[in-house]
Amino acid sequence: MGRTLAEKVWDAHIVRRGTDGAPDLLYIDLHLVHEVTSPQAFEGLRLAGRPVRRPDLTIATEDHNTPTLDIDLPIADRTSRTQIETLRRNAQEFGIRLHSLGDADQGIVHQVGPQLGLTMPGLTVVCGDSHTSTHGAFGALAFGIGTSEVEHVLATQTLPLAPFKTMAITVDGTLPKGTTSKDIILAIIAKIGTGGGQGYVLEYRGEAIRALSMEARMTICNMSIEAGARAGMIAPDETTFAYLQGRPHAPEGADWDAAVQYWRTLRTDDDAVFDAEVVLEASDLEPFVTWGTNPGQGLPLSASVPDPADMADENERVAAERALEYMGLTPGTPLRDIAVDTVFIGSCTNGRIEDLRSVAKLLRGRTRAENVRVLVVPSSARVRLQAEAEGLDKIFLDFGAEWRNAGCSMCLGMNPDQLQPGERAASTSNRNFEGRQGKGGRTHLVSPLVAAATAIRGTLSSVADLGPDVVAPDGSPLTDADRGLLSA
Amino acid sequence: MEKFTQHTGVGVPLRRSNVDTDQIIPAVYLKRVTRTGFEDALFAAWRGDPSFVLNQDAYTNGSVLVAGPDFGTGSSREHAVWALKDYGFRAVLSPRFADIFRGNSGKQGLLAAQIAQEDAELLWKVLEANPGTEVTVDLVAKQAHCADVTVPFQVDDYTRWRLMEGLDDIGLTMQHESEITAFEAERAAWRPRTLPAKHLPPVEVVAARPVAAPRHADDALA
Ligand code: SF4
Repeated sequence: MGRTLAEKVWDAHIVRRGTDGAPDLLYIDLHLVHEVTSPQAFEGLRLAGRPVRRPDLTIATEDHNTPTLDIDLPIADRTSRTQIETLRRNAQEFGIRLHSLGDADQGIVHQVGPQLGLTMPGLTVVCGDSHTSTHGAFGALAFGIGTSEVEHVLATQTLPLAPFKTMAITVDGTLPKGTTSKDIILAIIAKIGTGGGQGYVLEYRGEAIRALSMEARMTICNMSIEAGARAGMIAPDETTFAYLQGRPHAPEGADWDAAVQYWRTLRTDDDAVFDAEVVLEASDLEPFVTWGTNPGQGLPLSASVPDPADMADENERVAAERALEYMGLTPGTPLRDIAVDTVFIGSCTNGRIEDLRSVAKLLRGRTRAENVRVLVVPSSARVRLQAEAEGLDKIFLDFGAEWRNAGCSMCLGMNPDQLQPGERAASTSNRNFEGRQGKGGRTHLVSPLVAAATAIRGTLSSVADLGPDVVAPDGSPLTDADRGLLSA
Repeated sequence: MEKFTQHTGVGVPLRRSNVDTDQIIPAVYLKRVTRTGFEDALFAAWRGDPSFVLNQDAYTNGSVLVAGPDFGTGSSREHAVWALKDYGFRAVLSPRFADIFRGNSGKQGLLAAQIAQEDAELLWKVLEANPGTEVTVDLVAKQAHCADVTVPFQVDDYTRWRLMEGLDDIGLTMQHESEITAFEAERAAWRPRTLPAKHLPPVEVVAARPVAAPRHADDALA
């Protein structure tokens, strides 16, 4: 019988097959480290007198706690400063490569791997962070681990793992204009639920997925965890190879050829059987937004806030009632009428150059809605530099947005960028849990295009709401590149 | 990890069920960067109450906790086990453990031994009647002795073997080190290495400054 993509990558990393129900021991190709989940792992090594087995397969960056302003000044928050200083000491002591605040390669850990060309098809990638699933966009088996597993990987470069089940998520058709891969994944989560992927590695496939850029694929795989899955994968293809070629750590010469030859075998065999299958039609999709406090509580933007009384399932109803109370929303309110205080564009979900380009395209020549704070935070220092080289920063500043240094920023309330209690945000990040963006903050998860349209109008909006002049506000003709930006 | 075959220490009766990990160690302690020194965080919410069992002299040096059912439910934080161990506990006896807590315990050398509900009641009676009574936990015989009471406990064979051998997860894996080394020898050349580091040319990163949402980039400079 044929094998799925996930099974092929798994099989290629078995150091020792578990017998009698014991887990397989898997080799880990790439271990990404950041300041929040690593301190106790390093201390565990120190207490046991163990070295890091493969510093050359390990890389660290600072992201969760880092401020996005005044990055050359000492970090004000004591806990944040301690975590970052601890990482710096540990990296030095154990010989780990670290990209610190202020370094051109610093950024969110899930941006740093891909942009350096370290994330590749067919790898096993781990990090003490649940959004490690992002790297699955390259056809890598990538998943988040806990602190004691971080220590285990540091010490042995392996992990004992029980096998996952596999689920195929096929997205057919073509995405309509004004929708993005973010809308695909929000629709998938709304469809299968936040627990729907539990125990599975998801493989995204089908025409709509193949048409996506690497950035857009990363957005989808990033949020696999929000569907409860351990990992999400997309088979590598020419898009993947083109993204990788020439990056600092991409293979060169004969190694590149050998790699590509192998990577082409990394696809699910025609006769392979998935444990579960889900099908979605892309052309039916509309821009999606969440109304509640988990990523599964989402609806097309054209809908209204749901009425919990209409929900048959008791648990679902109770959860919805609680969510609406927290969100300060009344059933029946059209989602388009919801006014926001803040628009956050950034995170490892949607803080990449392509996201910034598509946002800039919409913001150019327009003005910010009054009383809306707009925060644009690149996912890495390189992305920031690239955006500045393209002049995007000018567009953001002209629009009235704030243009920040790289980091997790308002994706989570761990650094100075936070919502105030009761403040409402349209956010391109991945989690809308209570208090995630700051105590009492209310989050609506949206795509970058919806975020941009919302920044212009002040209420949750889609590109279509901006009127017919949407693509070329300056009167310039619509180019193929514009089309690509608005549909990718 | 220290080998665990038998342990004798003061028994602590914790007559509560459903002690979740938030009660074992509240979330605010998770911000620490250390692996040890969590003893003050253990049961932090209850420690202020003079009547709490660990605040009574006879039990302060306890090392065998006898708790009610559903111990260790809630968030998967490994800190719960660290806090118990840092305080000095070597074993927890309870009629039922949360799965993740039990898994975390076994990995870190804390024995999570499952006893019958009646036996928990028996032990509580002895420990409350004579505060400071010692409990001997015998992992070889899978029994706990306390005064004239002997109760059997359950622990899965794999965890028991690991505890008796003193093997943590890493120690277990390192028993197969030659296989890891052999695997590494076969690794394809194209697979990436982070060192020596390769970069695009270094560039200066300019710090963004707080601004009052300027309308134009030039305003910010003015
Ligand atoms: S951007 Fe958000 S989701 Fe991504 S790594 Fe940072 S905190 Fe986690």
